[in-house]
Amino acid sequence: MTVARSRFATSAAALVAVGLTLTACGSKAGESTDAGAAGSASCLDTSGDTVKVGSLNSLSGTMAISEVTVRDSIALAVEEINADGGVLGKQIEIVAEDGASEPTVFAEKAEKLISSDCVAAVFGGWTSSSRKAMLPVFEDRDALLYYPVQYEGLESSSNIFYTGATTNQQIVPALDYLKEQGVRSIYLVGSDYVFPQTANRIIRAYADANGIEIRGEDYTPLGSTDFSTIVNKVRTADADAVFNTLNGDSNVAFFREYTNAGLTAQDMPVVSVSIAEEEVVGIGAQNIEGQLTAWNYYQTVESPENTSFVEAYKARYGADKPTSDPMEAAYTSVYLWKNTVEKAGSFAVDDIQAAADGVSFDAPEGTVTIDGDNHHITKTARIGEIRSDGLIYTVWESDGAIDPDPYLETYDWAASLSGN
Amino acid sequence: MDIVAGQLFTGLSIGSILLLAALGLSLTFGQMGVINMAHGEFIMAGSYTAFVVQQVVSSAGLSLFVSLFVGFLVGGALGVLLEVTLIRRMYHRPLDTLLVTFGVGLLLQQATRDIFGAPAVNVVAPEWLSGGVEIAGAVVPKTRLFILALAVACVIVLICTMKYTSMGRRIRAVVQNRDLAETVGISSRRTDVTTFFLGSGLAGLAGVALTLIGSTSPTIGQSYLIDAFLVVVIGGLGRIEGAVIAALALGLLNSFIEYSTTASIAKVIVFVLIVIFLQVRPQGLFAVRTRSLV
Repeated sequence: MTVARSRFATSAAALVAVGLTLTACGSKAGESTDAGAAGSASCLDTSGDTVKVGSLNSLSGTMAISEVTVRDSIALAVEEINADGGVLGKQIEIVAEDGASEPTVFAEKAEKLISSDCVAAVFGGWTSSSRKAMLPVFEDRDALLYYPVQYEGLESSSNIFYTGATTNQQIVPALDYLKEQGVRSIYLVGSDYVFPQTANRIIRAYADANGIEIRGEDYTPLGSTDFSTIVNKVRTADADAVFNTLNGDSNVAFFREYTNAGLTAQDMPVVSVSIAEEEVVGIGAQNIEGQLTAWNYYQTVESPENTSFVEAYKARYGADKPTSDPMEAAYTSVYLWKNTVEKAGSFAVDDIQAAADGVSFDAPEGTVTIDGDNHHITKTARIGEIRSDGLIYTVWESDGAIDPDPYLETYDWAASLSGN
Repeated sequence: MDIVAGQLFTGLSIGSILLLAALGLSLTFGQMGVINMAHGEFIMAGSYTAFVVQQVVSSAGLSLFVSLFVGFLVGGALGVLLEVTLIRRMYHRPLDTLLVTFGVGLLLQQATRDIFGAPAVNVVAPEWLSGGVEIAGAVVPKTRLFILALAVACVIVLICTMKYTSMGRRIRAVVQNRDLAETVGISSRRTDVTTFFLGSGLAGLAGVALTLIGSTSPTIGQSYLIDAFLVVVIGGLGRIEGAVIAALALGLLNSFIEYSTTASIAKVIVFVLIVIFLQVRPQGLFAVRTRSLV
């Protein structure tokens, strides 16, 4: 009996292990979603004195960490606009939905917001897979999505406004900065999914053209917690710098290992593109002090617009809450929508698309302007240094806002990339 | 040379972490046959205990030792609570236990998220554990040395407890033949509770140790759960020595394969090797032989 039972237990445990692994894979796979019947006219009703917009963010699941702050900043922008008289004299009403960290749920909820809530525009999305899942819905329904997060580029849709950085506003300036600092060899570390892999392809192309040697390229599964081997590899490779595209909790384990192995920002600086102010708290400022980040906005940016944004955010959500790049981009996206609507004098998608080119807003990061051709916005690139107070301070910034170039068409070295 | 030394140590270190995570499971799953999917959340409870203790005891060095002790008690208490309220009613129904404890795990995770927030919290490692030591040309982080030592200590204490104390003898008696043990006057109920307390307490202890190297977030336990089950299954149910060897073997395999390939490929290769191994030896490295007639 004992033997029989333990055999059963063994196979049950094995089944469970396999099951869990499969679920983990499955949740990443579900990217394509059929949006169903296409082309119905918008049911947007603008006769009343309010206008509805959707706020679609993951409020549960692994991405909730980050996306809740985006929801909060969208709400803040809407409150400010309403207090200031609304858009075209109408008060904005938010319909909030939970994307639950699942691309398929994002697609379903987007469909619901468009066809049953009849919203004028939707704000939100974070992961590239959630955006890719929503894209066909917005295109079929001819609706508008404002997507606030930096991403891997190589995309442009007339139904999406991208208010986060594309690669030439974040990764390319970071490489320019490293090159300027005399970095001649780099090591690439990233999580194993679409953003890091695409980013690293771009980095390789840049490195080839600029005489920078890539000493190694390593990916770890999302959520990976053991970095001792990778840190050993990085140490042996002895590169001038590390380019880090790890996502989420892996960063904590990576930086602790890195620091404990005796590697410092002075010997081998790490440039990260997914670590913002909130992540620094979990990593512990003492483990990441002196390391670099590449973004377009930090809480410490000095401008009157940012001062009032930070004050308003802290007054609304708590003095200990930092503001970060995606939050600022989400906040900005609401104002850009408002400014476009006011320029067009209409909430209709066609009118907004037609009026979008050249619409600008004095955002906390500086003045941003919509590019009507690719629906991205101009952004100032900033390299920041993480200090012991957990905040990030700008050490370098681009000369003014950089025009968005999602397909890197204006860069000769990137010619080989567009083939994909 | 320093690469081999470095990877050798990395392997030992990964192994010791796996072992710490799996040691408690080798009691609850290995000895009692209960598939406790909430084991990972007991680990998490230990990690958050370390965080809470650190808010109270500000000296990081002292708080680590206090946390190890409190973490053990918190994990153990959660385990006893789970055993008494749910698992006790489901012996001989492994699949129901599996589902129920999985649900409990999700509840604990969400509760943690509600109390502490979804982002990872920062547990500061003591000053004397920061940095590394050079051994045979490789730099070894002190935190990992500490975990290695802790794992060794836990194994020794556990083996001694099982071998030389009356509590350990009772646990082994109940595992080998529950009915016979009862006829000689051992309360199998009480023994079950004790075993569960020990096993879950070890999970809490592991959780405290893990805060030294990784992130303290609501999902910390989940990332170690599967590996912990694998260690116990490979080692052979009910055998602590088996778990030790299995954990070290997995750690070393992982570190050397990862060094010569990549982290993702290493995971795949290790999983394939495990599947092959279990085909050849489904009972694991060691099997408990019993004279049980049933």
